[in-house]
Amino acid sequence: MTDKKSGSGLDAVDEGPISSDASSADHGGDEADASEHTSVAALKQRFADAVVRHRVYAGGQHVVWIDPEKSHEILSWLQADPDHHYDMMSDVTAVDYGNGRPVNVVYQMFSTVHKRELRLRCELPLDALEIDSIVDLWKVADWLEREVFDLFGVTFKGHPDLRRILMPQDYAEGHPLRKDFPLRGRFSRAEQTRRALAQDVERFYRAEDLSAGHIPQEVAPVEVGTLAQGEREGNS
Amino acid sequence: MAQKTIELEVARGREMGVDGNPSLSPIAPFDIAEPDMNTEHMLINIGPQHPATHGVLRLVCELDGETVKSVVPDIGYLHSSFEKLGEYRSWNQIVTLTDRMDYLAPLIYNCAYVMSVEKLMGIEVTERCKVVRVILMEMDRIFGHLLWLGTTAIDVGAFTPFLYSFQERERIYKLHESLTGARITTSATRVGGMMADLPEGWTEALGEFLDTFPDTLAEVHQLLTRNQIHIGRTQGIGAINGADAINYGFTGPNLRAAGVDYDVRRDRPYYDYETYDFEIPVGEHGDCYDRYLCRMEEMQQSVGILRQALERLPDGPINVEDPNISLPSKTDAMSDMESMIHHFKVITDGIPAPEGDCYFAIEGSKGELGMYLVAEEGDTKPVRWRVRPPSFVNLSVIAKLAEGHLVSDLIMINASLDIVLGEIDR
Repeated sequence: MTDKKSGSGLDAVDEGPISSDASSADHGGDEADASEHTSVAALKQRFADAVVRHRVYAGGQHVVWIDPEKSHEILSWLQADPDHHYDMMSDVTAVDYGNGRPVNVVYQMFSTVHKRELRLRCELPLDALEIDSIVDLWKVADWLEREVFDLFGVTFKGHPDLRRILMPQDYAEGHPLRKDFPLRGRFSRAEQTRRALAQDVERFYRAEDLSAGHIPQEVAPVEVGTLAQGEREGNS
Repeated sequence: MAQKTIELEVARGREMGVDGNPSLSPIAPFDIAEPDMNTEHMLINIGPQHPATHGVLRLVCELDGETVKSVVPDIGYLHSSFEKLGEYRSWNQIVTLTDRMDYLAPLIYNCAYVMSVEKLMGIEVTERCKVVRVILMEMDRIFGHLLWLGTTAIDVGAFTPFLYSFQERERIYKLHESLTGARITTSATRVGGMMADLPEGWTEALGEFLDTFPDTLAEVHQLLTRNQIHIGRTQGIGAINGADAINYGFTGPNLRAAGVDYDVRRDRPYYDYETYDFEIPVGEHGDCYDRYLCRMEEMQQSVGILRQALERLPDGPINVEDPNISLPSKTDAMSDMESMIHHFKVITDGIPAPEGDCYFAIEGSKGELGMYLVAEEGDTKPVRWRVRPPSFVNLSVIAKLAEGHLVSDLIMINASLDIVLGEIDR
């Protein structure tokens, strides 16, 4: 295992990164002491059946794995309860370990009132990459969840505008940060070049594309059509 | 605790309400069109190749006359998949990727990354290294704010501050160069220490910069702070309240301008920041003008921190003395057998990480800069390296901020957020 992992530089660009060893799927270590962290203790008491495991890493960072089914309920409680009051959602991201292991969605929270940090993780099996969106709780999750969707392919149920954000909207090669995604992309260099050259540049300035997101409901279809040609209605 | 919060002395015009109503600002803007005039809406595309978007950002605006009804930012033009590349590289090789993200304050990114790796592995760096990194981070905070100052002033029509701020930036570039050999892509840090110790005469050169920089800052203050045009363009523009700012994910000067007293340096201290004497500027209205004041004051405070850090800079080794982590000196590696073996082992085997993950946040020049690392037992490369990008999150708020303002205000709002596309697209 170590032999495969060492080796410098980009010696495996045509493959995905080396997948992690499946033997450590339980994330090592023993159940941590919940009494050190008020919120973890409260979580374990209130949502006893939804807390999967609890670890302390990197010298005192508490990580709690929770049941993805209950994630929205738990997160909204953590945000609203005055004893915890995690008003700041620092980060929403995901981790793929490869080797068929579940994708982890990670919520990094901070309470500006209690000056307390907490990290929650939800394990999603590869055949059911779905979790409730938390945009209704934290507006910051809008773009962060779009990024996770774009790069990992996790669907956030209830997200108002779930589409790719960093990769092009018509990107056909999949989700780049998954472990089975090769560094150079799924298509050959020739195919990538062919697709790039075959692109219709005008396409990216069509009004249907411009109006992606929040606009379309407010623009009448006729207007959209004329705008596409760079004209205004009535001028022709 | 040494840090205090200072309420900024806000130079509001007399007519200016606390609610930030733009029609009452000293130079009254042209009457904004009634929201429901039912005029034809127009789609306008700004960017991605436009200097006012501060990079390859594309903004698609829906306009009613000149009023912005909605904005849809389109990003990803500079996507370089740094996070994916990181999964193929050893811990130290990733450092070079970090300064390419925020090329406006590269040393902050260098430091933040290695600090999170050290946190993950439980490495305690030397006292000298801590102070040196504080110096570098505060220097680059000034560096980043100066660029913001110059370009933002240009966006509202003031050209002179741009020249002043870039002259000062040039001096920091020289400091970068003498320390690392590079002006922008510094890659100055290594896990467990620095690429090199400060060269001879470096602290004196920084001291000279600190002696004269506040004068330049004062001149820019004179040019902008009570400038009627600047006030008219910024006060009441893009205002947000504190609760919304937190919910929308604002951090850094943008959040503090909205009246939220939160600074990672004080609230989650690292590198003995609690022992430095500095103040945290907090705004009141959350508009472009308060963001301007916050950043101006932060530069002033950084000068103070830099002076204190230079004073307390201890002697001693800069790298941890652990042959499994730091490389031996070049001379040792070439002449001493054991050092050569250590050198070989660190380069070929890498530095093994423990099982676990680690989120480490510092106060970057643009907001809370977090580095999230995931590793499994013995990994010499990260399973996942994630950057919590402050500009990315700050930019996502632009749709809310710009709604109802004029197109020219949209440019000002975009500038006031202080974004860098290298880090947004990663």
